[in-house]
Amino acid sequence: MTPPGPVGDRFRRFRERLAAEGDDRPQVSDERRSTASGTAATSGEELASGAVATSGGDHPNDRGTAASSRRGDLTARRSTEAGGRQGRRGRRRGGGEELRVPEAEFTSYYGRPILKGPVWKWDIAAYLFTGGLAAGSSLLAAGGQLTGRPALRRAGRVTALAAVSASAVFLVKDLGRPARFHHMLRVAKPTSPMSMGTWILTAYGPAAGVAAIAEAAGVLPRHGLLGLAGRALPPIGHAAGLLAAGTAPALATYTGVLLADTAVPSWHEAYPELPVIFAGSALASGAGVGLLAAPPAQAGPARRMAVAGAALELYGAHRVETRLGLLSEPYRLGRPGRLLRAGRLLTAGGVAGALLGRRSRVVGALSGTALLAASVLTRFGIFYGGVASARDPRYTVVPQRERVEARRTGMDLPSDRAVPPAV
Amino acid sequence: MLPDPNSLYGPLDPAPDAGYENAPPRMGFFTDTSVCIGCKACEVACKEWNGVPESGLDLLGMSYDNTGALTANSWRHVAFIEQPRPAGHRTPPFAGTPTDGSVSAASAAAAAGTSERTGTDPGVPTGTPSAAARMAGGGPADVLGAIAADPTAAGRGDAGPQFLGMPGAQPPGRGTGVEERTDFRWLMMSDVCKHCTHAACLDVCPTGSLFRTEFGTVVVQEDICNGCGYCISACPYGVIDQRKDDGRAWKCTLCYDRLGAGMTPACAQACPTESIQYGPLDELRERAAARVATLHERGVPEARLYGHDPNDGVGGDGAFFLLLDEPEVYGLPPDPVVTTRDLPKMWKRAGLAALAMAAATVAAFVGGSS
Ligand code: SF4
Ligand code: SF4
Repeated sequence: MTPPGPVGDRFRRFRERLAAEGDDRPQVSDERRSTASGTAATSGEELASGAVATSGGDHPNDRGTAASSRRGDLTARRSTEAGGRQGRRGRRRGGGEELRVPEAEFTSYYGRPILKGPVWKWDIAAYLFTGGLAAGSSLLAAGGQLTGRPALRRAGRVTALAAVSASAVFLVKDLGRPARFHHMLRVAKPTSPMSMGTWILTAYGPAAGVAAIAEAAGVLPRHGLLGLAGRALPPIGHAAGLLAAGTAPALATYTGVLLADTAVPSWHEAYPELPVIFAGSALASGAGVGLLAAPPAQAGPARRMAVAGAALELYGAHRVETRLGLLSEPYRLGRPGRLLRAGRLLTAGGVAGALLGRRSRVVGALSGTALLAASVLTRFGIFYGGVASARDPRYTVVPQRERVEARRTGMDLPSDRAVPPAV
Repeated sequence: MLPDPNSLYGPLDPAPDAGYENAPPRMGFFTDTSVCIGCKACEVACKEWNGVPESGLDLLGMSYDNTGALTANSWRHVAFIEQPRPAGHRTPPFAGTPTDGSVSAASAAAAAGTSERTGTDPGVPTGTPSAAARMAGGGPADVLGAIAADPTAAGRGDAGPQFLGMPGAQPPGRGTGVEERTDFRWLMMSDVCKHCTHAACLDVCPTGSLFRTEFGTVVVQEDICNGCGYCISACPYGVIDQRKDDGRAWKCTLCYDRLGAGMTPACAQACPTESIQYGPLDELRERAAARVATLHERGVPEARLYGHDPNDGVGGDGAFFLLLDEPEVYGLPPDPVVTTRDLPKMWKRAGLAALAMAAATVAAFVGGSS
């Protein structure tokens, strides 16, 4: 553990900063004033907000009023807050106007997060991509194997092995105790998506590995012991490839449950969509590999996979960015918002290129690269959107407070929040 | 034995559900914040008994709270909240004693920017200044509607930084004169792992390191945990945390070693006001209900229990609280729900998505002309 500095050192700095910035913190007082005016404008009621300088007495305060005027406050307050110095949260885009949710006022303990944000680093976001890439590639390879498209088969199998190896590295590296990674194999727990994922990977990884190794048959000499191996390998690779493809969809979609089965608000509430997004993203990245590696004549299935994957991915991402009310916000603001928007553009570009540039190897390769990059961006966007939602107490308190109020007033939640829609 | 239909959600006795036969009664904590004096004896006793490492010695600028949050290196955390509302009917403003509004909005906002080198991850991260400033003006009114009864208190929040209650500072209000004096109350609460009936941390742990004891509590086995960090983002209360130097997750064990020997956990033993009470959960729930009734009778209508209800989102807490304001004021989630409640639906969704993926691949290869 790092030894702390002299006691109080940082507090002294904090005090000096405060003294220096005393007048420089207008958003605090501005916010309070507009809170008061917002209250007056919307309901004219008594939240008995401290900033109302003229209200003196104790108002018996009924909950419903408090809640509704609180909501009203923030509609008025939004301008100050958005214009304030919340650089971290970034600004809303002009185009996102209709997506805005009224900010809701909430209480917290010194503005500190209630939840402990994920301790997973970027390598878990990277794993989301490599895991999906492995799954998509294995499906592509199996398709190529069964329909006689060797270029797709070879590219898919080799990519799958590389991607699943990278996945294992990312996963082990992210552990607090990497040397104990095998403790994951002590139990199989359906309530732990990470445990299920471990077993899915344990089934998938060796199959994908054998399938990729079988590709070496082509370069082995024809005679002798190696020649024997060369003749035995293709059927083994065939079986292993099918086994890998059989587990691939589970590998690609369990990660959605992995993220959703947490207290992280924007991940948990997005549980109906996350597996859809990740399935789409995996298909698109597998298609990207096909477009990169196969000559246009063999790349037809990859093009169609790209369209299907992009459709799932764009649909799912659109849903999480709009359906979740306040909890959609982290996916639209700041870095996660930029990542997801860039991912969307690249996905659209990649699909367009794949469809329009059927004849050209170069356009195909460019489209494939765009699809792969889009998949990376989407995974990181979803990952960091959730991280942002855990770090701000607003996303924890406001939806839960709404639930409490709804129960108290016997009202039901808006139906789109209560019942997730069909895929 | 079939798993209990409530094994993911709903009222349940956790120890028998975990497979214990003839389990002893479920043990827990009842923390009555109305008698907490903020002495932090619990924090110290816990560290002493459990050998918990030092968790940073900096001042956070958050009232008297320099622990900041529950972390891997602080298994008890005493929260301090200063509110510009009268101590009430119980204690009239003290004549001749200078009092003042609580932490000014500006200093609360700045305090949100401090952090502590706790040696843990995520530890005590910084907060949102605007939210902290709002807190200093008083949160949403409690059932009394007694919020910010003195309007000048918050009005003065605009006037600039004020430091109140800091060692060596002037008594609050001395500079401003008697007419500016207001009243405020202090809320103190010793927070701890809730030992949930449906513990998300335990449900998601992929190594089986977290386990349910025969007393119904939730404990990490340090020789098993590999630091995957899943429990940390699963806990709806933000309790469990990771030590940076050893990479493992740590939290309150409800002194499993002491319980086994028939002893009281260290914090409850050390608490001088019996704010922390330890015992069989059923008995504690009865005692708590009686205490709330007494407080209501004595004119403290804002007293309420938190985490006592077996029908709440986590099936009731093994460690529950008597609070004097809304939970979020203390940094507790107002309506926590165990994330695994929705797990069957999540797996179903993932299954559908997997089928869609397989179908799309088949269609891509058999359909089309090229
Ligand atoms: S979920 Fe959190 S509060 Fe509940 S037992 Fe686990 S660590 Fe404690
Ligand atoms: S960090 Fe340790 S205790 Fe927490 S889920 Fe992972 S293995 Fe279990």
